[in-house]
Amino acid sequence: MLEIRNLHARIAEDGTEIIRGLNLTVKNGEVAAIMGPNGSGKSTLSYILTGRSDYEVTEGDILYDGQSILGMDTAERAAAGLFLAFQYPVEIPGVATMQFLKVAMNEQRKARGEDELTTPDFIRRVKAAAANLQIDMAMLKRPLNVGFSGGEKKRAEILQMSLLEPKLCVLDETDSGLDIDALKIVADGVNALRSPDRSFIVITHYQRLLEYIVPDSVHVLYKGQVIKSGDRQLALELESDGYANVIKDAA
Amino acid sequence: MNMQSKKPITAAEQLLVDSFVHNLGNLPGDGAVLTIRDSYIEDIKQRGLPTRRVEAWHYTDLRNLLKTVPSIGKSADIEPAERLIAGANVISVVDGHAANIAATGGVTATAYREDLSDGSAAARMALRNSDDLVGRINGAFVTDGVKLQVEDDLVLDNPLEIQVLHGGGQAHTRFPVTIGKGVKGLFVERHISCCEEDALVSSITDLDVGDGADIVWVINQEQGLSDTHLGQINIKLGADAKLLLFVANAGGKLVRQEIHIVASGEGSELTLRGVNLLGGESHTDVTMTLEHIVPNCVSGQIFRNVVLDRAKGVFQGQIKVAQIAQKTDAKMACNTLLLSDFCDFSAKPELEIFADDVQCGHGATVTDIDKNQLFYLKARGIGEKRARSLLVKAFIVEVVEELDNEVLIEALEKQFETWLNNHG
Repeated sequence: MLEIRNLHARIAEDGTEIIRGLNLTVKNGEVAAIMGPNGSGKSTLSYILTGRSDYEVTEGDILYDGQSILGMDTAERAAAGLFLAFQYPVEIPGVATMQFLKVAMNEQRKARGEDELTTPDFIRRVKAAAANLQIDMAMLKRPLNVGFSGGEKKRAEILQMSLLEPKLCVLDETDSGLDIDALKIVADGVNALRSPDRSFIVITHYQRLLEYIVPDSVHVLYKGQVIKSGDRQLALELESDGYANVIKDAA
Repeated sequence: MNMQSKKPITAAEQLLVDSFVHNLGNLPGDGAVLTIRDSYIEDIKQRGLPTRRVEAWHYTDLRNLLKTVPSIGKSADIEPAERLIAGANVISVVDGHAANIAATGGVTATAYREDLSDGSAAARMALRNSDDLVGRINGAFVTDGVKLQVEDDLVLDNPLEIQVLHGGGQAHTRFPVTIGKGVKGLFVERHISCCEEDALVSSITDLDVGDGADIVWVINQEQGLSDTHLGQINIKLGADAKLLLFVANAGGKLVRQEIHIVASGEGSELTLRGVNLLGGESHTDVTMTLEHIVPNCVSGQIFRNVVLDRAKGVFQGQIKVAQIAQKTDAKMACNTLLLSDFCDFSAKPELEIFADDVQCGHGATVTDIDKNQLFYLKARGIGEKRARSLLVKAFIVEVVEELDNEVLIEALEKQFETWLNNHG
């Protein structure tokens, strides 16, 4: 599904190198968790995967289904099946959530050469997905993310994910700002989407999320590199011992 | 002695004087009106058009901007435009002459030229102040218009749409409107170009809103790409009157739209919303003054400007609160999206407050499209162009949707969308 090879990337504006030789492989159907201390490059990695122009790749490659995506822009990557669930979903006044969902779904379909959805078909899909996430249809009439609570914002992200049916989902600290009930709803939403041909990269600070979204692999990111990989057990060790030992071993 | 040397007359100033001389015989008016007309042309001859040295015209140096003046043409054969709102009653003025003033129940419409001919218009023609160039040009050249009287307590079932059409050349009109007490209704004033020939248009509306009335007044300026539009609306708000004034500029090459409001009755409520879409090499100036002269009035204003290409925009907004006008609540915001490196926008908000128990505020922002919003939309597979246009529309839609009238909202959104697509 995804292969990141010796990736180096920096902030375009000031040239600060954030990702320094990162290697990571995520197989079809795999849920890979990425953990790491603050400033290790976790969120930057999610932005680079989605092609945000504030960052420049200086070396290495990102292969998605065997093809390099470095030449594709953000929208093309999304249409190809890459989805980022934002840590801080952006508020867009003046754009109703329903209108946004429809444009996004149809733009992706157009890019893939598929027919646009009819309005009844669209409504039917949104209603079904919203019910699963306990989202009130009234919320979707409001401007996108405007005035949504932290939990509503994250549920809206997962709603978009389930409607857009991506192949690779990157969840950037989806647990931040969620209480335990909201966390369960969001995790259930994610788990419902797990399938043999859909992969996940779950970026998180805390082991807690991984109790609900159980990962197949865990990778520790530090100073822009994966310094240790393991299974679920690794996350539990990090929870009890912190990052110090892993960092020392890698040095 | 300090003598100021007189500036040489410009081509445009000379053309104004000439067209006055050539058309004097066609301008209606009794002795008093003609004397006023003469004096206004004499003013223009002596003082010239305002320059940046005149505070009220600081950002719109008309002497430099107005390069030429088309001659007053013959009336063209112009059909009324399609209604903005289906079902609206239409009153039309073509090339400066009342064409269709068929009134509906409770609304009396008469041709303004009658007031000019019998001299009763003379008092109305007084200038607002010595810098009132719109009043001066309109006063000198006005040929006709429509005087509207809406009887007390009338509830208009259908909107009244005033179409001010022109087919190039010059057109100068005036619309004295008296809204009776307790009237409810929607009024749309449209300025429409029907051809591609250059035009110089001036139009003044005097809107007197009676006590307890609750009305929506829309000014929709849809002039041609080479037109000069000088607009002015003078509003008086009665006690407990509610007015939602919506001003849209989406046309014209050189535009000055003045909005002058006096909240003269206690308990009045003014909501002013504006959308200015500026493209090409146009220059658009919206100048607003609002005077609170009695206590307990509320006013709120939001202008949204989208500026493209090499267009220039100006917003001057002045709120004055008299000492007696306690408990005034006045807010003003001017938000601008600058979408090219070559466009520019100047905003000058002013507050002049003499009362001590009021809430007044103003804010002006000038930004490009928000990078985070753009990235978010792109991350959902919406391409750059579509994403940008969604965000520009969203910026405008926010104020349009406050109109609270589905049909009107849809009509305006469609018009703005067409404009944006043509300028995208």
